[in-house]
Amino acid sequence: MTALLLAVFGLALIGWLAGHARALAFTASRGVLPRQQGWYVAVWTGLPALALLLCWAMMRPADEITLPAMLALLLALVGGGLAFARLRPGFAAGKRVERIVVAALFAASMVAIVTTAGILLSLLWEGGRFFAIVPAGEFLFGTHWSPQTIEGGDPTAGMGALPLFWGSFFIGAVIAMGVAVPLGLLSAIYLSHYAAPRTRRWAKPALEVLAGIPTVVYGYLAAVTVAPAIRDLGVALGIGAASSESALAAGLVMGVMIIPFVSSTADDALSAVPRTLAEASLALGATPSETVRHVLLPTALPGIAGGVLLAVSRAVGETMIVVMAASSVATISANPFAPATTVTRQIVDLLTGEATFDSAKTLAAFALGLVLFLLTLFLNFVALAAMRRRGAARA
Amino acid sequence: MTAGTKMTVRDVSVWYGAKPALSNVSLDIEREEVIALIGPSGCGKSTLLRTLNRLNDSVAGARVQGLVTLDGEDVYAPATDPVALRARVGMVFQAPNPFPKTIRENVAYGLRIHGLARGRADLDAQVERALTRAGLWAEVRDRLGDPALSLSGGQQQRLCIARALAVEPEVILMDEPCSALDPIGTARIEELIGDLRGRYAICIVTHNMQQAARVSQRTAFFDAGRLIEYGATSELFTNPRETRTRDYITGRYG
Repeated sequence: MTALLLAVFGLALIGWLAGHARALAFTASRGVLPRQQGWYVAVWTGLPALALLLCWAMMRPADEITLPAMLALLLALVGGGLAFARLRPGFAAGKRVERIVVAALFAASMVAIVTTAGILLSLLWEGGRFFAIVPAGEFLFGTHWSPQTIEGGDPTAGMGALPLFWGSFFIGAVIAMGVAVPLGLLSAIYLSHYAAPRTRRWAKPALEVLAGIPTVVYGYLAAVTVAPAIRDLGVALGIGAASSESALAAGLVMGVMIIPFVSSTADDALSAVPRTLAEASLALGATPSETVRHVLLPTALPGIAGGVLLAVSRAVGETMIVVMAASSVATISANPFAPATTVTRQIVDLLTGEATFDSAKTLAAFALGLVLFLLTLFLNFVALAAMRRRGAARA
Repeated sequence: MTAGTKMTVRDVSVWYGAKPALSNVSLDIEREEVIALIGPSGCGKSTLLRTLNRLNDSVAGARVQGLVTLDGEDVYAPATDPVALRARVGMVFQAPNPFPKTIRENVAYGLRIHGLARGRADLDAQVERALTRAGLWAEVRDRLGDPALSLSGGQQQRLCIARALAVEPEVILMDEPCSALDPIGTARIEELIGDLRGRYAICIVTHNMQQAARVSQRTAFFDAGRLIEYGATSELFTNPRETRTRDYITGRYG
């Protein structure tokens, strides 16, 4: 296969050289650039052959190689030959090459979109198979979750995912946001309207580095340092349920991880408030903090709210921290010292065991993924709508 | 200092970073007059305006030298609170900049900040008085709860004037208040300036020389950060002492 690809590229190179050389022969005429004539031939030599090979590789595994190889090489020769034959003085090769470049750019941008659609389709498919076994109501609102023990028995028992969604919500949206929103917002206010330019120059990138730390690092910080400390604190406070897999430990660390997301979107929203609004407030005799509270924050609120929703969506989807620091036992409790689990944690548990691929247990992972996906999609949608409204209000 | 002088400016120089914006300017703002500051863009007239209410304090790297007084008190003295100063020296900006709140809340903003209203009825009465003085009451009396941004540009600017008037300032600074308005909106603001004269000392920056001639009693002409000429408006426009002033007001500048 490698040799075949090299051969196709080799032919394309020959096509380039041939086109280039031929164009040089009539380069005296205006509007002809030899380089572009070369590219024109090269593209027509390489692209159809590569497309053919790609289709072949996708349709059947590489057991049969001779036939596609012959076809590809033939196609390369025919394509290149036809393109070469079209070259003549005044032939606008550049325009045609440009069109192919645009098509390539479009195709590149489609990859991400098609991938998203593909993921959604596969989640829908596998989720549909799951919901054929377990009723959706049972799954979404049932409170008993123990999928590891259902082999043989009733497949719908132990498939109540409510404790998981509660855990994700409690850790990601309540505890983590309880940390990230105030700290992120206050640091954004400081950075956007109080910090001297010199402070801002190092503090803003430093804060954003937090977002670049691999989540597994946060994970072991949570599991090794924070979780035992929280448990000891809980025990010292006399809380019976205090656990080293507490919601509080995972949520606190996740909150720290999310701070830069909140602060960076809030900073953008606050900095986008027109300077003359702040000056109008100051000129009326308002203090800087009154100006922040009564003018800047209300004006920037849609943008800030959008940023917080994006942060929630990230926190709810966060996996590594909860795999390392949260519990695997699903319970519903509002006690932050008690163990808690999340949707993402359970997906990992379901798929890392040994199981046949279409048992209800594995399918449950897809169903969880589907619900999580729809949830975060919805959050992102609302967040972007809120942020767009801010843009419209300013225009 | 004469009895009628509200603010004095003596040998004031301003720098933004290393760049001088204003050099050795001295002039008086009279209690019952409108003074117009004219001159080409970048000549320092807006800088002088922002020096009078210390709004330049919030600009990083701005530095002021010289003496500015309000009723004989040094505006830049360490004991002077810029916040209290700005309650006495109101400002209207170049483009209308109402807060994205309701019409009522825009006018009530300064009253609430300074705790000037006793109860709801008093607040409403003061809002009405400010809007009446700004010549906007008749147009908005039935829609005080509407967003301020739903008003026309000219109405927004009069709302900004009402917002400044509500806190009962003694001096009003206007930074090209009509530059974003159409001729009708401009005429209304000029009329309003005439109504407000006598009650407040007014200092207006303008690019429009006809406007300066219409609304002001005194005019100061600036060029390149220096005060070139300063005197009675009628005198300065009909019989300028300096060649540069004459070139500028006759449109032969540059």
